[in-house]
Amino acid sequence: MTRAIDNAERREYTASGIMTREQVLDLDFLDARGKLIEIAAFLDRVERAKGQDDFRVKAFRQAARELNGSKKRRAEKVLLAFSDPTTTPIPAATTKAACGAWPGRPN
Amino acid sequence: MKYIEPHAHMVSRVTDDYQRMALAGCEAICEPAFWAGFDRSSPAGFHDYFCQLTEHEPKRAAKFGIAHFCWLCINPKESEDVNLAGDVIALIPQFLDRPNVLGIGEIGLNKNSRNEVKVLEMHVDLAARFDQLILVHTPHLEDKLKGTRLILDVLKSDRRIKPERVIVDHVEEHTVKAVLDRGHWAGMTLYPETKCTPARAIDILENFGNEQLWMNSACDWGVSDPLAVPKTALEMKRRGHRAAAIEQLIFRNPKKFLSQSPNFKLPAA
Ligand SMILES: [Zn+2]
Repeated sequence: MTRAIDNAERREYTASGIMTREQVLDLDFLDARGKLIEIAAFLDRVERAKGQDDFRVKAFRQAARELNGSKKRRAEKVLLAFSDPTTTPIPAATTKAACGAWPGRPN
Repeated sequence: MKYIEPHAHMVSRVTDDYQRMALAGCEAICEPAFWAGFDRSSPAGFHDYFCQLTEHEPKRAAKFGIAHFCWLCINPKESEDVNLAGDVIALIPQFLDRPNVLGIGEIGLNKNSRNEVKVLEMHVDLAARFDQLILVHTPHLEDKLKGTRLILDVLKSDRRIKPERVIVDHVEEHTVKAVLDRGHWAGMTLYPETKCTPARAIDILENFGNEQLWMNSACDWGVSDPLAVPKTALEMKRRGHRAAAIEQLIFRNPKKFLSQSPNFKLPAA
């Protein structure tokens, strides 16, 4: 049988769940707080160091803006901020590695 | 807690890992062909690797009561050389009758180059001609979104491919919906730094349902954790998921997808 999972099924599973907001905070607040401080310290460290911003830190700042406000699907938007948005294959692979942010041209 | 590890590169792991996985409840391990961390210089190197996956590794697993299965291909990281890829793909049919082979994988893209797409199409054609399941690797980090889109287009354009016989692995929040909407299965890979953490994998599950999803450790020669699946099951429990829902994700779902291959048989209970 070929079909995508429909939205009703997705809602049913999600609705069956899982934790209250208080439970989420009890479980994950301290961990998330610690990670946020790490990010702040990382940006301080980058700016304290001599040199220029490159495409990675520019993408990082763009991604960090997705955390603000009441927008949903923040994780998806952060990932999109680091992604190559183009749609055609590059002529040839010159490296095997990915660096975590799109340089604006094939790397 | 019994579970299936649907994506692990055991040739890169020590025997202690088999023991730990058995202790954690692992019933079966599926090992896709992948990049060894260096480029192999000839088709003969792949021939030996396919023998290792189909002859030697099942014996290592059996010592711990774990069933071992594998997928065969030349991986996307070695697909820039189309001639080498063609020679390796020509080797694969002679291995497809071996009892632990599940299909063609992990195929896909790495840097989203023209030659990688060409070799992906060659693999999809091989799978169609021999009626094999497909396991797809999606690219890393900034290349994943584009690569997933290109891969989905290649799969769709070959009309012989049934979407429910393809698992697209390493999905994240920005790619999972497109994969599921095409009727494919989606795999979430639990890595310490890249791909998914246990918490995010469970978020995806809660947002997208548990129908056509599985989780894997994709443990290999890099920093990775062969116990990532049972650890994530524990995290699901902590977050209030019912035992039946946990068992569906870590055991019944992979069993359902993999049982589409006649070679997938679990040890008798
Ligand atoms: Zn892999």
